[in-house]
Amino acid sequence: MAEIDLKNIVKRYGDGFPAVNDVSLSIDNGEFVILVGPSGSGKSTLLRMIVGLEDITEGELFIDGKRVNDLPPRDRDLSMVFQNYALYPHLTVYENIAFPLRLNKEHYDENEVSARVERAAKMLELGEHLQRKPANLSGGQRQRVAMGRAIVRDAKAFLFDEPLSNLDAKLRGQMRTEIARMQRQLGVTTVYVTHDQTEAMTLGDKVAVLKRGALQQYASPQELYREPLNLFVAGFIGSPSMNFLPVEYTDGRLSSPFGDFELPGKRAKGLTDAPQLLIAGIRPEAFRDATLMDADERDRGAVITAKVDVTEWLGNEIYAYLPFEPKPEVQEALDELDRDLDGEGMRPQVVAALEPSSQVREGDDVELWFDPADVMVFNPETGENLTRDEDRAREIGQRVEEQRKRALERAQSEEGSIVSN
Amino acid sequence: MNSGKKTPLATFGWIAAFILIGLWALFPVVWTLSLSLKSSADISNRQFWPTQISWENYDLIINGAARDLFLPALRNSIAICLIATLIAVILSTLAAYAIARLEFPGKRFVLYMSLAVTVFPVISLVTPLFNLWSVVGLYDTWLGLIIPYLSLTLPISIWTLTSFFQQIPWELEQAAQVDGAKSFQAFRKVIVPLAAPGVFTTAIIAFFIAWNDFLYGISLTSTSAARPVPAALSFFTGASQFEEPAGAIAAAAIVVTIPVIIIVLVFQRQIVSGLTSGAVKG
Repeated sequence: MAEIDLKNIVKRYGDGFPAVNDVSLSIDNGEFVILVGPSGSGKSTLLRMIVGLEDITEGELFIDGKRVNDLPPRDRDLSMVFQNYALYPHLTVYENIAFPLRLNKEHYDENEVSARVERAAKMLELGEHLQRKPANLSGGQRQRVAMGRAIVRDAKAFLFDEPLSNLDAKLRGQMRTEIARMQRQLGVTTVYVTHDQTEAMTLGDKVAVLKRGALQQYASPQELYREPLNLFVAGFIGSPSMNFLPVEYTDGRLSSPFGDFELPGKRAKGLTDAPQLLIAGIRPEAFRDATLMDADERDRGAVITAKVDVTEWLGNEIYAYLPFEPKPEVQEALDELDRDLDGEGMRPQVVAALEPSSQVREGDDVELWFDPADVMVFNPETGENLTRDEDRAREIGQRVEEQRKRALERAQSEEGSIVSN
Repeated sequence: MNSGKKTPLATFGWIAAFILIGLWALFPVVWTLSLSLKSSADISNRQFWPTQISWENYDLIINGAARDLFLPALRNSIAICLIATLIAVILSTLAAYAIARLEFPGKRFVLYMSLAVTVFPVISLVTPLFNLWSVVGLYDTWLGLIIPYLSLTLPISIWTLTSFFQQIPWELEQAAQVDGAKSFQAFRKVIVPLAAPGVFTTAIIAFFIAWNDFLYGISLTSTSAARPVPAALSFFTGASQFEEPAGAIAAAAIVVTIPVIIIVLVFQRQIVSGLTSGAVKG
């Protein structure tokens, strides 16, 4: 178990391009940290610098307070699960898992090796496959062997490089839960790279969002979702992703292509010096079908009207797609955001996730209700979130940290009782 | 690919093609075998098979008159080819490793130069080599054959091994380092076992090339000090000058083919290896 500290880490390649630019993170003992971002964001490079497979151009890396910039991988005592598993094809599953122990003969005698491999295999349900070769295993089994090799020794931290990206959707969901359970049980500091925001949200105690090598925000998933620092984080986190609308700001009122509304006073504080043309962000799930609400409720929020282009019924909710004509002045900012998010240059539309009981169908004019307090407003030039509430962000951060510590203690005491039994 | 959906006609066509190719490839071998088992009276019997199986030709090359010609040649062939193969494999392994793993200026140049060497016809090199070897004293020595054999075996070895090394998942080396291995340990415990089949295959190919050479063997040797088997066969004579030595030559050819067949049978699993599959996602 270890604390990992990254101080102003920079990775520059031969052509001077910074793949990772001035990233500082501090990872607590037992914390599960996700590095997330679209392709080319430098997340894998950052992980490889932590484990020692890439040189650090500038900045300092500390593990348990010790500077490890110049240590080779084997002296950093970290274990890693590679994206394509990197199993040794000429060794059996047993020998694959035992490999790190065999390299350290003076610490582990044959009995100890066997006991540890058995324990890891039991934890990952690999018992019956121990004598097989990796070539004869399914994708999910290979994935588990790779994890077995990582957990078999008492490494200071686990590093995962997109471990689930080669699995199909169903297996990915199962393995995700499995990894979360394993990490809680072992209580080992973990750094996990993914491009999938769902994995980031569900697994992470804390998530570091990266864009083109630069750290955008480092916070709990809850904070990223509710109080993102900028347009990029807001657009990256959440599925379906946040809707962005061009709005004009005049005297406390915001006018959008779908109608006008007013921000509550507390939210509007940051807008005093804002330019006239802004980008408003509303999450799809913030919308409700106004026809299904009673008048009291309705009056507490704002209602906009729009024509529905397409609907998708999913059982537990219904997605309504509402196209709109954007203003050219903000279109540039939205296009850039789309590129940053690996988007496909889709036409501008708003997605509303409505209750399944909604009767909205294609071609209907729909009245959408939302609470203006849920609306975020961004500066199109800088991408900065003008409505971010620092107090609430801090409060979320503290609450999440307490929850994490409690969960970790609980999992460890359960683990302890299993062992003593 | 539409495998598994072959019409009966296509299947029949394939089988017919296999049989034809098999006959075409095996016919000369079987003929040689048959010839080697004919007695001298039987050689010109105008039949494919001998009327009676006779070991007289084998007796001739191992115990009889051709013994002094054949046995030293066999010894020369084995030793020269093994040494040439060993050197070719060591040099080409190092070269291929560098070409596959490292970035250095002139990498493609090295690769294509080694290919360019092979386009010169052997016959055009033999005369200058003969003169040169006579002057420097390499004529009719083992080394005098090993060096030209390297020029035949190195290019193909470098090309085979380079393409093989490029397929090795080198990420495994990094995985081993993270697992706690020193650089050399990672190489020895992970890369060597994966590279071994490729090196084996290359060694076998190189050995065959050297083993089958005739032109260098006949031109750069004059006595049994260094003359290899293919050259020695041309010096066989019959019992009298009116008798063809075909039977003895056929018997010697069969004897020198046996080691090749044994090598292929022993190492065919290494040659046809699927060892690297499963290392990374399949």
